[in-house]
Amino acid sequence: MRGFRRRRPRVLAISSGGGHWIELMRIRRAFEDCEIVFATVSDAYRSHVPDARFHVVPDATRWDRVNLARCAARVAWILAKERPDFVVSTGALPGFFGVVLGKATGARTLWLDSIANVEELSMSGARVGRFADLWLTQWPELARPGGPEYAGAVL
Amino acid sequence: MIFVTVGAQMHFDRLIRAVDEWAAARGRRDVFAQIGPADYTPKHVEHARFLEPPEFDRRYREATLIVAHAGTGSILQAMELATPILVMPRRAALRETRNDHQVATAERFGKLGVPVAWDETELASKLDRSDVLASERRIGPDASPELLDRIRSFLSRR
Repeated sequence: MRGFRRRRPRVLAISSGGGHWIELMRIRRAFEDCEIVFATVSDAYRSHVPDARFHVVPDATRWDRVNLARCAARVAWILAKERPDFVVSTGALPGFFGVVLGKATGARTLWLDSIANVEELSMSGARVGRFADLWLTQWPELARPGGPEYAGAVL
Repeated sequence: MIFVTVGAQMHFDRLIRAVDEWAAARGRRDVFAQIGPADYTPKHVEHARFLEPPEFDRRYREATLIVAHAGTGSILQAMELATPILVMPRRAALRETRNDHQVATAERFGKLGVPVAWDETELASKLDRSDVLASERRIGPDASPELLDRIRSFLSRR
């Protein structure tokens, strides 16, 4: 339904800071034909994407329930406001909420596991993978049927 | 100028202390360290706990050598600028991180030619030879064409 109202697909690209944000920046060229909205944990990253709409979400870790709830609520608010056709994330928790809640609201979702993840350690990837319409790993040896697909890396 | 960075999330006193002691021993005054939530305060090098991205980016561009934890962002930014980087991975066993993902990151980028110091002793000895720590590999600002194409193809089907 939502696709009929807009010519270009709207993409919410969401991640936490540091390496997750850098990895998101390295795939942004793939969003060129889309209407792109960014969400991350610091207003200072706005300087990297001056021409795009931009939202700030509270950062959170799995061990911090108060901030987990605040982060999830903010991501839900952004999804309600922007109504993206796609949600793309490079991690970590803000992206987890983006993909899980985005999927629940009818968006198609893409999760790119960080290049820093190795199989037994990629908690977020293992948990979020089933909510992602496309789940990508950057390690060819980790690709498997029913699991992540390998299609190159952010390098 | 040597720019040292360990990210913002957890302390990495082992790296900061090693660089601080190396700078003192060699009389180096051209070192600046972003130390994060550290318990150890450097005595011999200029430092700040956190830097906002514009200031952080400027120091990255101006550095002749980056010394960093084995964080993906730290390494990718150095490779984009073709600035030599020396990394030391955090260790979960030392409570420097929650898992050993930085060891895996260091192994992976090490294969691409990124110099890795596996402990403080190796860090000091590689800093002594830092003039030969050339970063052979410059990367562009974008992911591999294969990855970009796969994402574009996904985004083309609503």
